Amino acid sequence: MALIGELIMQGAQMLLVLAAAPLLLGFTRKVKAWLLRRKGPPLVQPYRDLLRLIRKETVLAENASWLFRSAPYLIFAATWVAAALVPTFATGLQFSWTADLIVITALLGSVRFFLALAGMDVGTSFGGIGSSREMMFASLAEPAMIMIVFTVALTAGTTQLSEVADFVFAHASLRVSLALALVALIIVALAENTRIPVDNPATHLELTMVHEAMLLEYSGRHLAVIEFAAALKLLLYVSLIACIFTPWGLAQAGGTPAAYAMGFITYLGKLAIGGFLLVLFETSIAKMRVFRVPEFLGAALMLGLLGTLLLFVSRSF
Amino acid sequence: MNAVAITLICVGALLATALLGVAARRSRPAGQLVYLLCLVLCGVMLATAGHQLFAGNGDAVQMQLPIGVPWIGAHFRIDALSAFFLIVINLGASAASLYALGYGRHEEAPERVLPFYPAFLAAMNLVLLADDAFSFLVAWEFMSLSSWALVMSHHRDPENLRAGYVYLVMASFGTLALLLAFGLLAGPAGGYAFGTMKEAIHASWLPGVVLILALIGAGSKAGLVPLHVWLPLAHPAAPSHVSALMSGVMTKVAIYGFIRIVFDLLGSPDWWWSIVVLLLGSITAVLGVLHAVMQRDIKRLLAYSSVENIGIIFIGLGLALAFATNGMAAAAALSFTAALLHILNHSLFKGLLFFGAGAVLTATGERDIEKMGGLIHRMPKTAFLFLGGCLAISALPPLNGFVSEWLVLQAILVSPSLPQWGLKLIVPAVGAMLALGAALSAACYVRAYGVSFLGRPRSDAARNAGEVDRLSLSAMFILLGLCLLTGLLPGYVIDALAPVTQQIAGQAMPQQSTIPWLSIVPIQESRSSYNGLLLFAFIAISTLLAAKAIHRFASRAMRRGPAWDCGYPDASPQTQYTGDSFAQPLRRVFGEFAFLARERIVMPKPGDPAPARLEVSLRDLAWDMIFTPIERSVLFVAEKLNHFQFLTIRRYLSLVFVALVLLLLVVAIWP
Repeated sequence: MALIGELIMQGAQMLLVLAAAPLLLGFTRKVKAWLLRRKGPPLVQPYRDLLRLIRKETVLAENASWLFRSAPYLIFAATWVAAALVPTFATGLQFSWTADLIVITALLGSVRFFLALAGMDVGTSFGGIGSSREMMFASLAEPAMIMIVFTVALTAGTTQLSEVADFVFAHASLRVSLALALVALIIVALAENTRIPVDNPATHLELTMVHEAMLLEYSGRHLAVIEFAAALKLLLYVSLIACIFTPWGLAQAGGTPAAYAMGFITYLGKLAIGGFLLVLFETSIAKMRVFRVPEFLGAALMLGLLGTLLLFVSRSF
Repeated sequence: MNAVAITLICVGALLATALLGVAARRSRPAGQLVYLLCLVLCGVMLATAGHQLFAGNGDAVQMQLPIGVPWIGAHFRIDALSAFFLIVINLGASAASLYALGYGRHEEAPERVLPFYPAFLAAMNLVLLADDAFSFLVAWEFMSLSSWALVMSHHRDPENLRAGYVYLVMASFGTLALLLAFGLLAGPAGGYAFGTMKEAIHASWLPGVVLILALIGAGSKAGLVPLHVWLPLAHPAAPSHVSALMSGVMTKVAIYGFIRIVFDLLGSPDWWWSIVVLLLGSITAVLGVLHAVMQRDIKRLLAYSSVENIGIIFIGLGLALAFATNGMAAAAALSFTAALLHILNHSLFKGLLFFGAGAVLTATGERDIEKMGGLIHRMPKTAFLFLGGCLAISALPPLNGFVSEWLVLQAILVSPSLPQWGLKLIVPAVGAMLALGAALSAACYVRAYGVSFLGRPRSDAARNAGEVDRLSLSAMFILLGLCLLTGLLPGYVIDALAPVTQQIAGQAMPQQSTIPWLSIVPIQESRSSYNGLLLFAFIAISTLLAAKAIHRFASRAMRRGPAWDCGYPDASPQTQYTGDSFAQPLRRVFGEFAFLARERIVMPKPGDPAPARLEVSLRDLAWDMIFTPIERSVLFVAEKLNHFQFLTIRRYLSLVFVALVLLLLVVAIWP
């Protein structure tokens, strides 16, 4: 019986991330429009976009291979699983021990691998440029992420996200290395989600684009699935930051329904705040040149390394 | 009959097969017979070693033969460590022999491969069996020479000649270092059997020196930076099934040599020697993969990537050494298991990738990825299998490469409890290098796969390529299956490694196969756990759900059309992104310090119709800083000594006299 309850909670989390991801995207677009003193599209616009794309006919390039056609589903599925493994409204769900923070990072690496391959499949110059730059960013963002994981894991003594959240909740205090990790994680999150100083999610047909360049040949349902995966990834990073650094309100394992409801409401609140801060940052900064990005990400790597080093050194006192 | 005897008989049979290979000459059926015999014999040895490790619980069996040096004899022994390596070697060798049954038919000079191939296999097995320094070194040298002959099998290519020369020099240098190491271990009493060496009491300075010698001797064979220079030359020069063996398997024999000397024969060295191993390992990992990203020759790319993986293995071994010297047996067991698992994993996926490269080579006749492209349409099965290998080596879950790197990262997370400051400061940096290596390796394989298999064909050869034979494909298929199996059920593999870890680190990791849902938990569940099987199931189910839902409820309409490419559809495949252009951003970020990358643009004068050129130069710093100066000084000394060749008889006599007096003086002064 308990197992069924756990499974229901796990399923609820999977559906929650699926439902909330386009909403978060719509929310960020709306807030951005407000900040630019425009009216902006309605909140549900991303759902409409996805629905429209799904209903459309797919146009495939003549020499697209099976990899090109199956990659969107794999990308979507892996991102979905990764997003559902991050605690959203409750910790200690049944399958949270399937993957720790390192596995989630690597799972996103798999997603990137397939996306970059899909970009190269048709054999156009835009796809290649996108893949090449994406892999260059990733070669710095991924080690930075691992160093952040190290900092968090050494502080909490675990790489399990649920345990990390419980630890931070129980021993809340200001820690220098966690602050460094937070800054680094924000930088990595901006880069991974192709947000403004690194890439512009709103551009099209520009030489500066990275993520969009890889998707250029996709249309119809394939494009819809990939766009959905991108929305899920944004949600994943916001929930990740929320879960590690602000675990307040998360329901504990085996909590009352009221606690779960509370966790649910605080989660939505955290998403809104996270989305708002993201947009605020984006509107106040300009996009940087491609070859400034390695410096930006290198800063994240150094911050993460510094955080880890501080912990390694402070253990002996 | 015990395991040693069976293995020795198989080794003897392999040597006889080598003779058959000599007799076979160019006859095709005889060539097939040679590979078939190799396959069967390696299979028997694989089964024997497996039985020894699992059923025999890793207990040692030994044997002594009255051959070799008279008063020593030849000692042979299989313990848990050598049983594990015998499994790795013979697994790779069986797969390579199966592959060669198909691939060998395209060999242009079979008489140069057939005699040496079985001899090479026999030599590698003999190294693992040896239980005294003499037979170890003889087998080691035999392995070097037979592989050298295989490297030289396409000897008309001047590049291969150079590769063979460099390999020969490096191999003899490495053996010299090992000879000295064993000499020090044996001491003045000359106890050359490994059992005697283990019991000997050494001076306090000795372990460090032996460790350095082992690093040079075994490291040069394994491809540790800066001794890796021969590896990217020699591995690609051999036929592909031999390349797979050299990269996937022979480097493991070298690592076995290192483990045997440092962890087994040597007493405990000082803790700070582990820093040397860690530093060399992490530099090797990053530099190897950076070089791999830049390569255009697919086999050279794979060879450099082997250098990277050797680095990862040495990081694991360095951590094990650090923990072991501090008496933290549990952590040492974890890092040692990680290293062993990566040894197994690398032999699996590197074999697979080299087989794939060989298939591409057969189909297109090209090793240059810039002349491939679009092979996924013409060789769909090879493309699928090669993709699996790329995913596994890029450390992506749920395949096997990820598990071993995850274990190394978990071992790094235990290391703050190491007492020494030096280690505390170095280990986080090693972790960052490891992560950097993993990320770059993903970039490397996206490039390799994307440029060669995806896109549009860049040459006629690629346009007219066809799928390879079934035997080659089945060898690749088996290896990919093993990669997936190890990735999904790592718990069983870790348990199987327990006797080896028990022998070397004095403790094994906690038993994994009894953990519910087949997760792996290195230390305790609240700390970290990973379940590849469930992860795979989740991804598979959600992929199916998404695909089904969309095809059921939304449009299934699909149409083919010309590529969109931002509204600039181009006719020529030349406009595709090339491998060099793919690597350009990475070259700009890492190139300057890693290989002094220089770019020069040569613009023609106004009015000159010549094309503008972009020249890029990359240098291997190991050549520039170490080997070229050595080469130059050797030449300089040789030049000077050359004068002594043309002296008069009187001068020779006076030279002899002076030498005699000097020697007598030395003897007189010597304490």
